Amino acid sequence: MPKRVGIEVSLAASEAACAVDSDVIAAYPITPQTHIVEHLSELVADGKLDAEFIPVESEHSAMSVCIGSSAVGARTFTASSAQGLALMHEILFIAPALRTPIVMAVVNRAMSGPISIWNDHSDIMAERDVGWIQTFAENGQEVFDLIIHAFRVAEDPKVLLPVMVNLDGFTLSHVIEPIEMLNAREVRRYIKPYKPQMVLDPKHPVTMGAVGVPEVYTEAKQQIESVLRASKKVVVSAWKEFARLYGRTYRPIETYRTKGAEVVLMTMGSVSETAMTAVDKMRDKEIAVGLMRFRLWRPFPLEEFRRAVKGVKVLAVLDRAISYGAQGGPVFMEVRSALYGQAGQPNISGFVAGLGGRDITTDMFEEMVKKAIRYAKKGKGPTYELIGVREK
Amino acid sequence: MMKAASGGFKKFTPKTLPKFEPLAQGHRACQGCGEVLALRMALKAMGKNMIIASATGCMEIITSAYPQTAWDVPWIHVAFENAAAVASGIEAGRKVLMRKGRLPKGRTTIVAMAGDGGTADIGLQALSGALERGHDFVYICLDNEAYMNTGVQRSSATPYGAMTTTSPPGKLSIGQYTWKKNVPAIVEAHAIPYVATAAPAYYVDLMNKAKKAAMIRGPAYLHIYSPCPTGWRLAPERAVAISRLAVQTNIFPLYEVIDGRYILTKKIKKPKPVEEYLGLQGRFRHLDKKTIQEIQERVDREYEALLQKATLAEVQEEST
Ligand SMILES: Cc1ncc(C[n+]2csc(CCOP(=O)(O)OP(=O)(O)O)c2C)c(N)n1
Ligand code: SF4
Ligand SMILES: [Mg+2]
Repeated sequence: MPKRVGIEVSLAASEAACAVDSDVIAAYPITPQTHIVEHLSELVADGKLDAEFIPVESEHSAMSVCIGSSAVGARTFTASSAQGLALMHEILFIAPALRTPIVMAVVNRAMSGPISIWNDHSDIMAERDVGWIQTFAENGQEVFDLIIHAFRVAEDPKVLLPVMVNLDGFTLSHVIEPIEMLNAREVRRYIKPYKPQMVLDPKHPVTMGAVGVPEVYTEAKQQIESVLRASKKVVVSAWKEFARLYGRTYRPIETYRTKGAEVVLMTMGSVSETAMTAVDKMRDKEIAVGLMRFRLWRPFPLEEFRRAVKGVKVLAVLDRAISYGAQGGPVFMEVRSALYGQAGQPNISGFVAGLGGRDITTDMFEEMVKKAIRYAKKGKGPTYELIGVREK
Repeated sequence: MMKAASGGFKKFTPKTLPKFEPLAQGHRACQGCGEVLALRMALKAMGKNMIIASATGCMEIITSAYPQTAWDVPWIHVAFENAAAVASGIEAGRKVLMRKGRLPKGRTTIVAMAGDGGTADIGLQALSGALERGHDFVYICLDNEAYMNTGVQRSSATPYGAMTTTSPPGKLSIGQYTWKKNVPAIVEAHAIPYVATAAPAYYVDLMNKAKKAAMIRGPAYLHIYSPCPTGWRLAPERAVAISRLAVQTNIFPLYEVIDGRYILTKKIKKPKPVEEYLGLQGRFRHLDKKTIQEIQERVDREYEALLQKATLAEVQEEST
């Protein structure tokens, strides 16, 4: 078994892309993603990773280069954040349509304006519907493991879709954690050489990215949608295989002290560690609270989610992004619609907190839980509210 | 100077044109389209061993409506502004796969193709990036002087005075009020090994330049004049004739820039008046004598400047 080493999580992310022997990396720097691409360019410069590092002139080109290199059969990795991810937006839709299994680390950061380099989930939530598989890491080990896992899933012939692995900017990306880093040899048991199904090759000419006239567009979209849905099976079985080989178990939804819990807090990403502490504190005060977090966000793990909330009376959903003018944050809306019309459906309250790097404290979690209980008792409350807004 | 640039290959003649058709007939271009003609000639010259990354635009739309395709070479379309970036990825991907022994070694011509809009405007940044990084590829700009695919809107390559749907002449407007952006000069400023202009009327010259571009290592750029009868309000049978006139009036001079040295490839001894060129096209019909004179002076001036660059190169050549 590999030793644990203390390493900055960003560097561990790069080491994961290196361990799978990535062929092409095309990236453009943006805080807080920078350390990942800096380290990757170092690994290439030092000959530790035999890859082409393409220092593109924008994120739009980064994603375009990635599609080009993936279309010729090269294993391709990139990373971005916020404004950079948004600049890729147009091209993000095209990668799944061309079935290019690119892997991208998204170091979550708040969207401008006002400009902010700090963490929240407004960048990724704006890319919910682009057709990529999306996972969220809680800690450094998970970042490393999920990136390895991402390549396995993306390149599975039954999937061939791009994957985004999300990690919180600074609060996760810039911390040093003890991480068990698998080396290339160990990873080879899990990640086989990429065998593309179709490539741009003068010997076998194919046309990629043809025009979708109204007679075929719907079917083309339906295909992407159905592979993305079906990819859940592969996502889950690849985690099982990961557990078998390396001993660390991952599931689409993670739960903490949900047994006998009447109230469940729902979170995503690294804030879940604070949430666990908050749950412990509340349990000490005899509040029957548990925690649930989405590790897999796309495809949405509907069955797992419904099963996990069975018997729960109150749900307090945390969003790290505002959906202006909507009924709540994107996670809240999705959770509520997943449970709509289900027998014994819990009372659901949505909370938005931790925007643009604002800390979410254990007290705030307690406030959310207490409010959710109160609103459930009263049978009414605001559809959602912002937590931790300064009065002056 | 590299061997290919000095013409280290067997030049095409009208009798030795390759039979190979990378772009099959049956595509959906308008009658008399000079853009698809220019594209076909250029690609034919480069041979079968190529991969194309195409920008959105007329040429993409008319060749690739699923389930049909006009392409007999591997071809990918991703978006409007990123053909050069996609080509970069293709080139880099193949390079590393060959290095790692997962792809047989050998050189394939990587082509990025885009219209003037996809080159001079929205794709200029991606083009600049790819040129600066020095990828081994050929970029073909098919310049029909407007956004034709979306209905003839102006681009920065639309010539002064031209009528387009977003540069309409009117009481307060002469039509396009800016002068055509000199993209080959911008490209040349990246100090790439090969830049050339070409026009379909001089098809042998066009094909030899395309071949040369494909053979050169590193980035090569072809700027091809591409008559669009539909957008220019030109009789469909006049596409080739107008491209000859464009050269003969010095409106679109033919030249190469090899390692920074300008070489005129078609010297026009007695240029025809621009009026002859403008008069054949509905897009210039509204121009008055004064504007035509203004255009004539500008064309003369620009040609003079080009001549000077070429002469300077000749002088330098002799003194070394
Ligand atoms: C980002 C983006 N903006 C706008 C468009 C719409 N659009 C598609 S093709 C085109 C014009 C193409 O003009 P050009 O590059 O000159 O090629 P042509 O059709 O004239 O050959 C435009 C504006 C688009 N597809 N993508
Ligand atoms: S609009 Fe012009 S460039 Fe486009 S296909 Fe028709 S003739 Fe060719
Ligand atoms: Mg055009």
